[in-house]
Amino acid sequence: MREFLDMGGYAAFVWPAYALTLAVVIANVLAARRALRRAQLLGRRRLSARGEGA
Amino acid sequence: MDFTWFHRLGSPPHVYGLAQRLTPWLGWSAALLIAAGLYGGLWLAPPDYQQGDGFRIIYVHAPSAWMSLMVYVTMALAAAVGLVWRIKVAHAAAAACAPIGASFTLAALATGALWGEPMWGTYWQWDPRLTSELVLFFLYLGYMGLRAAIEDPQRADRASALLAVVGSINVPIIHYSVTWWNSLHQAPSVMRLARPAMPAAMLVPLLLMLLGFTLLFGALLLVRLRAEILTRERGGAWLREVLVP
Repeated sequence: MREFLDMGGYAAFVWPAYALTLAVVIANVLAARRALRRAQLLGRRRLSARGEGA
Repeated sequence: MDFTWFHRLGSPPHVYGLAQRLTPWLGWSAALLIAAGLYGGLWLAPPDYQQGDGFRIIYVHAPSAWMSLMVYVTMALAAAVGLVWRIKVAHAAAAACAPIGASFTLAALATGALWGEPMWGTYWQWDPRLTSELVLFFLYLGYMGLRAAIEDPQRADRASALLAVVGSINVPIIHYSVTWWNSLHQAPSVMRLARPAMPAAMLVPLLLMLLGFTLLFGALLLVRLRAEILTRERGGAWLREVLVP
C-alpha cells in the first residue's frame, strides 16, 4: 500500500493530477444538475406569471 | 426511407424527453467504465520503462485532452447546424457544450503541467501543442463571454455560433501540432494509423477511460441541453406538462 501511494517517487505529480481531474468531473456533474434545476424553477415561475398553473 | 426521426430531433419536446430517458444509461455506463479504467490504470498496468509510475498521469490527462477537442467539435457542428438550418435545439446543444469543454481543457492543461514538470523539467513551455490548447481554452471562454454579453437570445445564438465555427480551425492545429512542429509533447500513441504504441495492459485502461469520459460528456450534455431548452421555451402546453407534476 505504501509503495502504491508513493507511485515510484512520482506521488507529488500523479495524485494531484488524479485529484484535479476527479474534482473537474464532480464539479461538472453538480453544475449540470444545478443548471437544470434552475431552468425548471424559472420555467415554473414563467408559467405561474402567465396564470398557467403551478 | 423514413426520416421522421431526424425531423423530430429539431422538436424541443421530443428532444427533452429523449434526453431525460437517455441520461441515466449514459451516466451509469460512464461511471462503470471510469471506475474500471482507474483500477486498471493505477493497479494493473505495469510501470513505464522510462517514466516509471509517472506515466499513469496519462489515464487522466489523455481523456481530459480528448474531451477538450471532442466537445469543441460537437459544439462547432451543433453551432453550424443551428446557423444553416436555424434550428433552436442545435443552438441549445452548442451552448450546453461550452462550460463542459472549458473545464476539461483546464484539466488537460493542469494535468499536462503536472506531467511536464517531472518528465521535461518544466510545468509550462510556449510549445505548439501547449499554446494551441491554451488558445482552445480562451476560445471556450470567449464563446461563453460573447453569449453572456448579448441580451437577445437569438442574436447571442447566431454570434456565438459564428465564433465557434471560425474557431474550429484550431482543432486540426492542436491535433497535428506535435507532427508539424518540433514539439516537446510526445507524438500520439493511440490516435494514429499504425497500431497503438503500448502493450495491452496499458492500453485497455486508457481506452476504458476515453470511452467513459465520452459517455460522461453525453450525460452532461443531455442534462445541460434540457436546461437550455427550458430556458428558450417561453410557454406552451408541453412546458406545463414537463414542469407541473
